[in-house]
Amino acid sequence: MFLSVFGAVESGFIYAIMALGVYLSFRILDFPDLTVDGSFVTGGAVAAISIINGVPPIIATIFGMLAGFIAGCITGLLHTKGKINNLLAGILMMIALYSINLRIMGRPQVSVSQETTLKTQLANIWQKTGIDDLINNMLKAVGLQAVPKTWVIVFVMIIVILIIKLCIDLFLKTEVGLAIRATGNNERMIRSFSGNTDTFIILGIGLSNALVALSGALIMQNGGFVDVSMGIGMIIIGLASVIIGEALFGVKTIARATLAIILGAVIYRIVLALALRVDFLESGDMKLITAFLVIIALIAPKLLQNRRERARRLAKQNALRKKEAHNA
Amino acid sequence: MLKLHRIEKTFNEGTLDEKRALKETNLHLKKGEFVTVIGGNGAGKSTLMNIISGTLNPDVGFIEVGGKHVEHLPEYKRSQYIGRVFQDPMAGTAPDMTIQENLAIAYSRNKKRTLRLGVNAKRRDLFRDHLKTLNLGLEDRLNARVGLLSGGERQALSLLMATFTEPSILLLDEHTAALDPARAELITELTDHIVKQFELTTLMVTHNMQQALDMGDRLIMMDAGQIIFDITGEEKKNKTIPDLMEEFQKIRGRQLSTDQTVLS
Repeated sequence: MFLSVFGAVESGFIYAIMALGVYLSFRILDFPDLTVDGSFVTGGAVAAISIINGVPPIIATIFGMLAGFIAGCITGLLHTKGKINNLLAGILMMIALYSINLRIMGRPQVSVSQETTLKTQLANIWQKTGIDDLINNMLKAVGLQAVPKTWVIVFVMIIVILIIKLCIDLFLKTEVGLAIRATGNNERMIRSFSGNTDTFIILGIGLSNALVALSGALIMQNGGFVDVSMGIGMIIIGLASVIIGEALFGVKTIARATLAIILGAVIYRIVLALALRVDFLESGDMKLITAFLVIIALIAPKLLQNRRERARRLAKQNALRKKEAHNA
Repeated sequence: MLKLHRIEKTFNEGTLDEKRALKETNLHLKKGEFVTVIGGNGAGKSTLMNIISGTLNPDVGFIEVGGKHVEHLPEYKRSQYIGRVFQDPMAGTAPDMTIQENLAIAYSRNKKRTLRLGVNAKRRDLFRDHLKTLNLGLEDRLNARVGLLSGGERQALSLLMATFTEPSILLLDEHTAALDPARAELITELTDHIVKQFELTTLMVTHNMQQALDMGDRLIMMDAGQIIFDITGEEKKNKTIPDLMEEFQKIRGRQLSTDQTVLS
């Protein structure tokens, strides 16, 4: 139980980077970008092949990110210059990337378990600190039997995700960031203030997919392999994180929304991990559970609001009736 | 400041729906001139605005703004020099962004957008000073989402955003038509005030003939894609609505269709 939740939190923080990317396209630019399913793998594939060919892991990860940026820019180009519907542009890019990813990898699955990755590098440094023993001894002292192998991923990822979050918050307040937000909000308006909406869409979708690919590159190094089909349904996972986070934690400001989405990504992973512990559910049911979660997150807030509204009206009517009865 | 030379625009050319929206239209606005445009539906007023702003491209003819040819420039480049307020109060602002963020976007109109913060202390003071001139109390609500403002407030903000960077040309596209009479009156007064304050070269389309007579220092009337009537100065001041109707009858040999044109 503890271990599966721990694993969920660990990968939740890595997937949160992808969710922030989806937030950029889906919410900020109002562009439901399905490129994500492909670019997630592209990030992992480029990083894996780079690592295998001797590129330092951090540089390899940046290569993966760049590949995602380029993929996103192409989707943006298809939509703005090619005048292709945004959903279709993303689907086309996703399909194209499937073949491109296979070409990059050379085979459907590539392993880096024998290579030096960011994970092994971090683990080496981490070991010298002895924090693992400290925390695990404490956990054992309170009676936990199974303790995690290492805490390094959780600690490092919290720092990384917070840095990314702050960068996004800040970027969306710059002149360029404001223009990107306006592009998603009111295209006609930003054009009448000398904003080239095409450029902002291409840049925004590029950045979105750079984050997605970064997430893919880190997931690949965390798991030790990349599989050509591991991106399937990624967009829905991203959406689930965005929608769950927004529903639970609110979107008053940009900073609040990005935090909500990070937490949404972690909560999604936890819910999934717990769901998979139910006996009759298998790991193959994951996508079904995800779809179900998104549907609930979309419908529940509206149902709750309706109920509250009905209760409010009913209370008012009753009060009125009581008053009339009293007067009569 | 603004020069249109022999502008032609035909929609759906070669089909049954062919419509010549503008026919050899010439127009010259001097710097600081405030021109009102009237005409019935389909007269070509909107096409004229869209061709100046770059939303539409003319079939033939050229457009100069401040001595520069702009007919080949896309809308987003032309809007460096051209401010515009639309009829729809929702069109000129970004509803999910705050008042100060909207103003920051307008502030960057004639500058390169960079990775500097859109709103800093200095700009906030500038925005606050400009908002004060609207007398709507918006200067105390810099962090309010624009979507929460009323239609009149949004249109006032749109007007400010379109003008405070002092564009070479200001286009007002029936910008009071969608508001209730009291708000329309407010926006009309603000428009007069702002145009004078910044000495903006302005082209204002309106359905309201009285407004067209009361405001600005020149009036043009359009019909069937042509400017048929152009008065200025004293001549304009002394005109009344019946005079305008009569002029139209004299030139076109038929009644001005008044169903779409508000008389008062």
